[in-house]
Amino acid sequence: MKTLDASGYSCPEPVIMTKKALKDSPDGLDVIVDNRASKENVTRYATALGYKVAVEEGSGNWTLRISR
Amino acid sequence: MEGVRLTSLVRSSGCNAKLPPGDLHRALDDLPQRRSEALIEGFESSDDALVYDLGDGRVLIETVDFFPPMVDDPEVFGEIAAANAISDIYAMGGEPKIAMSLMCFPSCLDISVMRRIMEGAIRKTEEAGVVIAGGHTLSDRDPKFGLAVTGFAAKDKVWSNKGALPGDVAVLTKRLGVGLLMTAHKAGETEAEEAISQMRLLNRRAKEAAEGLEVHAATDVTGFSLMGHSYEAASASGVTLRIAFDSLRFLPGAEDAARFGFVPEGRYTNEDYLSDKVHIPDSLPLHQRDMLFSPETSGGLLIFMPALDAKEYLERCPGAYAIGEVLEKRDKCVEVI
Repeated sequence: MKTLDASGYSCPEPVIMTKKALKDSPDGLDVIVDNRASKENVTRYATALGYKVAVEEGSGNWTLRISR
Repeated sequence: MEGVRLTSLVRSSGCNAKLPPGDLHRALDDLPQRRSEALIEGFESSDDALVYDLGDGRVLIETVDFFPPMVDDPEVFGEIAAANAISDIYAMGGEPKIAMSLMCFPSCLDISVMRRIMEGAIRKTEEAGVVIAGGHTLSDRDPKFGLAVTGFAAKDKVWSNKGALPGDVAVLTKRLGVGLLMTAHKAGETEAEEAISQMRLLNRRAKEAAEGLEVHAATDVTGFSLMGHSYEAASASGVTLRIAFDSLRFLPGAEDAARFGFVPEGRYTNEDYLSDKVHIPDSLPLHQRDMLFSPETSGGLLIFMPALDAKEYLERCPGAYAIGEVLEKRDKCVEVI
């Protein structure tokens, strides 16, 4: 599974990055974010496109596992 | 320097750049306060401006507001910052008269950009009948601009966010969704002309349309969102405001912006502070919660008035609409249905 590291970026940047990455990996990918707004917003974006999103909490970040 | 993109220089923008309300209360609530006999609204009130009794039947109203740009065009930014700062005077029922500017300006930017910000601000202040009489400028990494504005009102005509009564109707004078749309716009996802022209619109007519009508309370809707400013007014008034979600008017595209995650960060800190103070039905979809808690910039006046006065007001003020009714205080100060 491809991984996109959006740590250090604030909204709307992680959503834009996820949108671009999903074009290259339409079956899904992992997105790492380090702030709550990014976690919520990337989850909303992927969900709105019909993807499933599983959230794994790390230390100071989250991995969003986006899949069909 | 043509083609400068102001929004590319800042990390947050507009009223979304406000510090979270919960943090503010923690930092400031216990500060020692000096009282002044003449101060009618002061530090302890969550009102939009201070109100000082001039002793001759008039009051002085003073406010300050500044923020980083949410648009790329320096003149438009100047206009929006001015309209937003002056709005606090209108929200108190006052007539704005004089202002001083606050400018933070990056050394990497051509100085002509500062001039264009000021040109926009002067155009908007002239429209409001306000004279900019000076100001202060700092070198800073992120550009920021705004005004400290002074206005006046008859002492018995000044509005506050306290005083809403059961039976009042709450009317709002601009549409919602500016913060969502500007976030989507920053991402290149949507046009934002309507949001931008609404931010540039003075609340002058909205205030003047209430002339001769009974206003029990008023505020304006900005960074703390519709929920935050509704809560402040209802809480200060000791009542509950019941808002019908279906009566709310959003700018086109705002709902989609929320659905696709173009949600300003302030939405989350607003809800942190307000979640135990407002009631929102569990059945409301997540993106519609986003629409309630998202920061607005240069938003409309939220006016509480008796039903008959509200009816007359809505006829006088095109674009204004009723969002809910005031009830005796219930469990929560704001109820969304």
